[in-house]
Amino acid sequence: MADRLLEVDGLQVRFFTRRGVVHAVRDVSFGIERDETVGLVGESGSGKSVTSQAIMGLVEFPGSITAGDVRWKGQSLVHGPTAAADIKRIRGNEVSMVFQDPMTSLNPVFTIGSQLTEVTRRHLGYSKMQARERALELLDLVDMSNPRQRFKQFPGELSGGMRQRVLIAMALSCEPELLIADEPTTALDVTIQAQILELLAELQEDLGLSVLLITHDLGVVAGTCDRVCVMYGGRLAEVGPIDDVFETPTHPYSRGLLNSTPRIDEVTSRLVSIDGAPPDLVAPPIGCPFAARCEACSDRCISEMPELATIEKGRDVACWHPFTAS
Amino acid sequence: MDHLTIHFPVGRSRLLGRQQQVVHAVEDVSFSINRGETLGLAGESGSGKTTTGRAILRRIDPKRGTIRFRGRDITQSSGQALRHLRRHMQLVFQDPYASLNPRMNVLDLVAEPLIVHGIYNSTDDAREYVLELLEQCGLSADTADRFPHAFSGGQRQRIGIARAIGLRPEFIVADEPVSALDVSIRAQVVNLLQDLQDELGITYLFIAHDLSVVRHISNRVAIMYAGQIVEIADRDTIYERPLHPYTEALLSSIPVPNPQLQRDRRRIVLSGEIPDTLEPPSGCRFASRCPLVEERCHVEMPSLSPRSETHDAACWVR
Amino acid sequence: MTLGRNDEGVDLHDVNSLSGDEQTLAGISRHGRTRTAKAKELLVELWHDRAGFIGVCFLSMLVITAVFAPLVAPHNPRQQDLVNRLQPPVWSDGGDWSFPLGTDGLGRDVLSRLIFGSRVSIFVGLAVLAIAGLVGVILGVLAGYRGGFTDRFIMRLVDTQVAFPGLLIAILLAAMIGPSVRTVVIVLSINGWMIYARMARGVVLSVKETDYVEAAEIIGCKPNRVMWRHIFPNLAAPLTTLAVLEFARIVLAEAALSFLGVGVKRTDLSWGLDVASGQEQIFNSWWLVVMPGVLISLTVLSVSLVASWLRVVADPQEREKKYGATQIRRHIKDNG
Repeated sequence: MADRLLEVDGLQVRFFTRRGVVHAVRDVSFGIERDETVGLVGESGSGKSVTSQAIMGLVEFPGSITAGDVRWKGQSLVHGPTAAADIKRIRGNEVSMVFQDPMTSLNPVFTIGSQLTEVTRRHLGYSKMQARERALELLDLVDMSNPRQRFKQFPGELSGGMRQRVLIAMALSCEPELLIADEPTTALDVTIQAQILELLAELQEDLGLSVLLITHDLGVVAGTCDRVCVMYGGRLAEVGPIDDVFETPTHPYSRGLLNSTPRIDEVTSRLVSIDGAPPDLVAPPIGCPFAARCEACSDRCISEMPELATIEKGRDVACWHPFTAS
Repeated sequence: MDHLTIHFPVGRSRLLGRQQQVVHAVEDVSFSINRGETLGLAGESGSGKTTTGRAILRRIDPKRGTIRFRGRDITQSSGQALRHLRRHMQLVFQDPYASLNPRMNVLDLVAEPLIVHGIYNSTDDAREYVLELLEQCGLSADTADRFPHAFSGGQRQRIGIARAIGLRPEFIVADEPVSALDVSIRAQVVNLLQDLQDELGITYLFIAHDLSVVRHISNRVAIMYAGQIVEIADRDTIYERPLHPYTEALLSSIPVPNPQLQRDRRRIVLSGEIPDTLEPPSGCRFASRCPLVEERCHVEMPSLSPRSETHDAACWVR
Repeated sequence: MTLGRNDEGVDLHDVNSLSGDEQTLAGISRHGRTRTAKAKELLVELWHDRAGFIGVCFLSMLVITAVFAPLVAPHNPRQQDLVNRLQPPVWSDGGDWSFPLGTDGLGRDVLSRLIFGSRVSIFVGLAVLAIAGLVGVILGVLAGYRGGFTDRFIMRLVDTQVAFPGLLIAILLAAMIGPSVRTVVIVLSINGWMIYARMARGVVLSVKETDYVEAAEIIGCKPNRVMWRHIFPNLAAPLTTLAVLEFARIVLAEAALSFLGVGVKRTDLSWGLDVASGQEQIFNSWWLVVMPGVLISLTVLSVSLVASWLRVVADPQEREKKYGATQIRRHIKDNG
């Protein structure tokens, strides 16, 4: 596949804590094509954020990638003598990130301008004037009103939504091919969230950007992504085109998740809830991680781990008893 | 009492920081809640919804206005009277991690209100009743001797709810009780709150920024913006026929977990941000972002006026 | 089945999770079994922190010899033996085992004097900790919780006291009631309670804002219950560290006051006094000054080592970091 930008292959990440080894990500494989927006959905503790950190080589201490590979355009970012140098070069240039918290991702003691120009000056070797031009251009690109004035302001003078715009501008400054957005709108209010999501959609169209959108909000994924990967208990539960997965979810977890989400557009007398809680990743179950909460659970689910298997073109599910499309 | 009235035009609510600088956190807010119903109070951050909830519980003193509970003015209650009032009004917190004392076990936590109000003399006396409460909230008896850190977020929220209902309060302010929880756990807690309402006839003020959850749980809904209520109506009225342009934009900007619907929906994307509550505009507070804005909106503040029997809105244009 | 079943988080009941550690320090764990498990774990950790371990060993030895001084000390510390005056320590020329650390100008055994002297240091340290700590914490908690006038009044008192030179108080009191161990305790307590008050007030102010304190108030707890039951236990961990560090300061201060002659009586046994009386002979009998000096330094150093170990133990994040580092190293080693 010539146009496959990123490939995650059998990724395994572990955290070594006093409580024991946390199996945060177990055997996760997926790819991102050019011009594609992929949603990575899961609840807290599902391993979605750790996966994104692993892709960028930013797994936080005391975690470490213990197996598997991440390939950027076919080149490994985990193994090999040049992997560490490669990932540093690619990060911020070809792949860039937008984080959840726009409050802490900007340094409060430097102006917006100096933080924006620093990126292009360091990565692309721009002169001061060039970098300034580019920064103003970027602020304009992310629909910031009055870029010249914003350029001189400090992060504290901006609201959450504007700071997130600045961070997106920063992420775009080196014209990346892939943008990894980790919960980019979670800290924002809904009306501001709508602004940012619209901006991301516009940018994707105009710049031909691929996006990996990590979120817990099914609604956010529904409106923006082409494909969706559902994670549960550190593993992929279901992967498929967005329309199919939302219309006919085959994994009991995706199904339960969709049913238990209250909807703004319809009223039900009672929410369908998934009983129980996610598994403890220090001692993950040997079988399917969802088995304990699953209505369709059988003996096999408890004793044997279902692998991700293709059920129809482009749709993979890890379940022994998937709901069939009919 | 058949009518729980809370009526307070809270003016210039809080004095903060520098001298003379006043945050107009909540201004001139009036509403009432009927016994046994759930009023959803929704709004974005900075809308003053949490401040309103705390003022009702008398945690923050309103500058002006009155709060009436079972027809009695409680705005000036303090000391013993206020503590007595706590038996009837309780709070469920947003953060299930911070709201439970990490040094107390579940039995102590749930029994504490019972002991301070003299219903039981000691934790051991209260044990049986506490176990009953825990069971009512979907927790088994062996949780009683464990400490909060051994529980997940959803379970902690259940402990918090068990503590709140122990005194059999008639009224509970639920301040974003599910926003810190994961989607699959959220449904469990929402269902629990509804079950308890059915069983015990509790009245809720349900504060949340998530309008989907509010729609699900409320009988009536009030929408707040920058410290004021802009619209209040029956649940279905407000979601299907919103009047105020802010309500309309807010509803349209909530993503729906349905890709086709989401692509085809008309989304009203508001520009700009919530006005500074240090210097609120003299006219309608939504004027700077409103798509329907008229000249009058900038000059004069619209007040909440009835549009139908159960529907009030504050807007000049509609 | 409508309510969620109890199978949420089945595996979450571990005894060693992060927030449990503070409970060990505060000593309020309810279950004996988990408490011994925690104590055992603490000891293992102490063993791995070599500096802290040495500190704890030295201090334990000091306390034991102080308590059993009459049994441990080879001589009566006040017994003069003019024949053997100014004996050097055993390793110098002319020294011998009957006086391991030598003798002073009146032929008194230096080692025995040091052992008995440690009694004064430890007693003064503990007494001052108790008095200053109690007064300081009570006033600090009151200031922090009540706020308003109470807060302003107590904190002005603290400021005034801090501005007043401690030595001046010491000299005044020594002149008024005469030098004695009691005087030293009073002086150092007057001079030491402010730091507890400030720390307690700071902790109370931050804990006061937490949700669980608000929860206690909304439940209907009276202020006293909120203050002592919900806020006060949070002081245990920072107070322990502060007290240990203060102990070192008090040992030094007692020695300094005694050296200056405004501390304990001249006939008492104190390290500070020993240094003071030894200084006249510093050029020919160096051990008279160096021995008590070294002992003071070692004590203070040990206390500091213990304090920094305590700080790590009391901070879950620090512990986690240390643990993770060793585990990753082991993993890398195992997998090449």
